[in-house]
Amino acid sequence: MQVTMTVNGQTVSRDVEPRTLLVHFLRDHVGLTGTNVGCDTSSCGACTVHVNGEAVKSCTMLAVQADGQAITTIEGLASAEGELHPMQKAFQENHGLQCGFCTPGMVMAATSFLKENPHPTEAEVRLGLEGNLCRCTGYHNIVKSVLAAAQAMGE
Amino acid sequence: MFPSAFDYVRAGSVAEAISILDGSEDAKLIAGGHSLLPLMKLRLAAPSTLVDIGRLSELDFIEDRGDHVAIGALTRHRDLETSSVLKQSVPILAHVAGEVGDPAVRHRGTIGGSIAHGDGASDLPAAVLALDATMVVRSASGERTVPATSFFKGFLETDLAQGEVLTEIRVPKVSGGWSYKKFNRRAQDWAIVGVAVVRNGSTRISLVNMGSTPLRASASENAINQGASIEEAANLASEGIDPPSDLNASADYRRHLASVLVRRALQEASA
Repeated sequence: MQVTMTVNGQTVSRDVEPRTLLVHFLRDHVGLTGTNVGCDTSSCGACTVHVNGEAVKSCTMLAVQADGQAITTIEGLASAEGELHPMQKAFQENHGLQCGFCTPGMVMAATSFLKENPHPTEAEVRLGLEGNLCRCTGYHNIVKSVLAAAQAMGE
Repeated sequence: MFPSAFDYVRAGSVAEAISILDGSEDAKLIAGGHSLLPLMKLRLAAPSTLVDIGRLSELDFIEDRGDHVAIGALTRHRDLETSSVLKQSVPILAHVAGEVGDPAVRHRGTIGGSIAHGDGASDLPAAVLALDATMVVRSASGERTVPATSFFKGFLETDLAQGEVLTEIRVPKVSGGWSYKKFNRRAQDWAIVGVAVVRNGSTRISLVNMGSTPLRASASENAINQGASIEEAANLASEGIDPPSDLNASADYRRHLASVLVRRALQEASA
């Protein structure tokens, strides 16, 4: 089945089986491997991408459901010139990652969260990232990163 | 993990979705897919055809209709959670929607999907039961309404027949107190036990994950409506109910939790 969607600003068209999950479409068909497959059961959030600007777990969406939609992955966050998104910078500066596996999903969930709540409290950040697990348990610096990004983006 | 192969059709209208369902023995509707896709990935469900109704904007609405609020089946949890109409007139429903899964799940999951899935461990089915909501169901032969009290039939089984589409949920406005207590031990998890209380004239109490469907705590309801104390009513929370034992909790522990949570919920709803 032919699906066409915008991925990181580029129109992408592929012939896929209807059962193809969005995360496999992005990784295997489009070649964007920044989005990780973690638990594969919509619990861990490693596969979080934006669909029309909102965080979605791409292991629990079919590529055919994304037909015609705008998808942003971690590869699409930095500017075309390579300047990191303020959230990426904040993760770098605040040591918001340890092994890095959850990071793409964390960053995508956090940027979606800040759109809905641009000036969150620490408790709101923790609740807002409820759907993203860090098995290094590096949550403190992740929360610190998101708060730093909120401040940087609000300036 | 990926589902077994299926045919995919995107319906352009409710009527088209109904006609595809009618022409198939096991076609399933999909909207947000956050209940169905996990089942399909685990191969616990393997429909031959998926009918995608996710883009039918005619079923995406929240409308104030005087004594009740009408909610289109395709309204997402996120939109329930942030709805000013619901916050004003049915605040418990906005609150419960915000307790489902996590933010990313709430961006995709829909109220109709959750209710049609009919999971006794889910938040929204119990909420509509406590609210005494009415389901509007459409099929080739027209429209019928089903009260929440007779909608949930068994484990993942509802009153919906093949060829029927849940289109709308009508929820009476809440004038009195309310409470929703969800007990779990991990972020974003299902309730080990949950309790919804709505005081709209009389008091209605429903239980999450105390059986194969959402259940009314009838003995507690009768007691509180006949003037018993909160403590007395809460002690009857699991009377006539046979909760499951699983890795999270034994049946006895669930009975204990139900009493504690009914007490707390009644206290909050009465404050």
